[in-house]
Amino acid sequence: MSADALDLTAAAAAAAVKAGELDPGELHELYRGRAAADQLNAFSWVAPEAAADDFNRDAPLAGVPLGVKDLFCTEGVPTQSGSKILEGYRPPYTATVVEKLFEAGATLLGKTNQDEFAMGSSNENCAFGPVLNPWDSTRVPGGSSGGSAAAVAGGLVPWALGTDTGGSIRQPAAFCGIVGLKPTYGSCSRYGMIAFASSLDQAGPLTRDVTDSALLFSHMVGQDVNDSTSLAFPEQIRLPTARDLSGIRIGVPEELLGAEGGIDPGVRESFEATLELARKLGATVMPCRLPHAPHALSAYYIIAPAEASANLARFDGVRYGLRVDGDGDLTSMYSRTRAAGFGPEVKRRIMLGTYALSSGYYDAYYGTAQRVRTKIADDFKTAFADVDFIVTPTAPSTAFELGAKSADPLAMYLNDFCTVPMSLAGIPAISIPSGLSEGLPVGFQLAGPAFSENRLLEAAFALESAIGFDGSAARSGGEK
Amino acid sequence: MLERKTVDHVARLARLELSDAEKDKMAVELSQILDHIEAIRQLDLEGVEPTSHVVDIVNALRADVPHASLSRAVALASAPDPTDSGFGVPSPGASAE
Repeated sequence: MSADALDLTAAAAAAAVKAGELDPGELHELYRGRAAADQLNAFSWVAPEAAADDFNRDAPLAGVPLGVKDLFCTEGVPTQSGSKILEGYRPPYTATVVEKLFEAGATLLGKTNQDEFAMGSSNENCAFGPVLNPWDSTRVPGGSSGGSAAAVAGGLVPWALGTDTGGSIRQPAAFCGIVGLKPTYGSCSRYGMIAFASSLDQAGPLTRDVTDSALLFSHMVGQDVNDSTSLAFPEQIRLPTARDLSGIRIGVPEELLGAEGGIDPGVRESFEATLELARKLGATVMPCRLPHAPHALSAYYIIAPAEASANLARFDGVRYGLRVDGDGDLTSMYSRTRAAGFGPEVKRRIMLGTYALSSGYYDAYYGTAQRVRTKIADDFKTAFADVDFIVTPTAPSTAFELGAKSADPLAMYLNDFCTVPMSLAGIPAISIPSGLSEGLPVGFQLAGPAFSENRLLEAAFALESAIGFDGSAARSGGEK
Repeated sequence: MLERKTVDHVARLARLELSDAEKDKMAVELSQILDHIEAIRQLDLEGVEPTSHVVDIVNALRADVPHASLSRAVALASAPDPTDSGFGVPSPGASAE
């Protein structure tokens, strides 16, 4: 086995285990060895050797190892959301989504690094240091689910969980040449996910291909009594089989492809080539309008920090993690603990969110952003009357060099230009690799109406087969 | 440009001790971000309802069934200063504010 097992997708590995052709313990050890020797800094924690009876061969996921983004609570296993302020924290319970995957037979291989509290697009805002891109270790893997994306692309784990608030699954998937699905808001429970922006956060899979994405997602969905915003998914998630796109109408929104988005020529070229493939597969490609989408980024950078400033109030040195003594009083203990525990980007967003919610500014900023959010969601509803899917490049560029944007928060935020509108509207979107530009992966994003995941996965599957992207170079590069 | 006293006020609200250098940088960076955001304040949003949540659920309530909660020992296991009666903190009475 070993080298061959590494070439298997997670779905293929699960099938091989069930057919008695692959031992789940050996598979776990193969990946554990690679994760432990990780040169990408993708993991914050790697599981110890597993016992033979830890694997449930008959369960749907048949013991195939899983990477889990650090911010998912895992009972007894270090969980810090990439932050120093949660130093030493071992949660007393496991997040619902992770629990469901364990019940389906997944085994935990490790926790993956991320931007602190999921705030970032490069994985450079991490208490455990930056994660490196397996295609080029001088470049970022994207963020905030960068550790999960790098680990999957580098062949350190078969698949992984991430979370997406404004693009944190899709953009790292694009930068690392893998598939990332941000589901409809509410389809997966947020219980046990350390919150960033509660009205936007969603868990989703990061996988080698679309079939793996559908398989992992099918075991994540469902209403949860512990998350009052979760919903019963209206249908079973199916593994995709579509070979063509006949009858499918694909909309290209001019507002997201104009000058403001700053799309690189290499990314645009790959995007256009993918549109051409879609036409060959039978799709009708047509322009569509999302008039308020260019304002999504501004609305997002009020709403997300505002929610974050409230969610992160709980990190105060009282119940868990770091405490730094003050001048003997409570308030100075809070302020010093938070000063020492949070990194610069988290402080910036707490300040921004606190300002936007403060007396005298609340309606001017937060109220306005919420109204813009309504307009953005309405734009999508109008557009979906005429098209089945809306497509864009996932990110305006390929993976950039470490440090290239860390001094300029606004330039970093512009990475989310094409992913944030779908987050504000709560609709599903998937990023698939569409090719390489100067040796680096390019992501192609498809978005559909709420709960259209089955159709979205079918379309992504048909395109994936036509594109024929080969990610094996990143896996062999990850072998140390 | 945000005034220094505004930065001081917001940092106090956020319970975040910032150095002078951090405050100076924060004033510049937050101003740049707020300038960018300014564009949405020019939009005509008269009569548009705000969206706080995209999910069409009102008053989701679980069944009112008693269930076990974390034991005291487990709940206190990660606390920096666990005491016999709960989470230990410095006296709020000693606060300057």
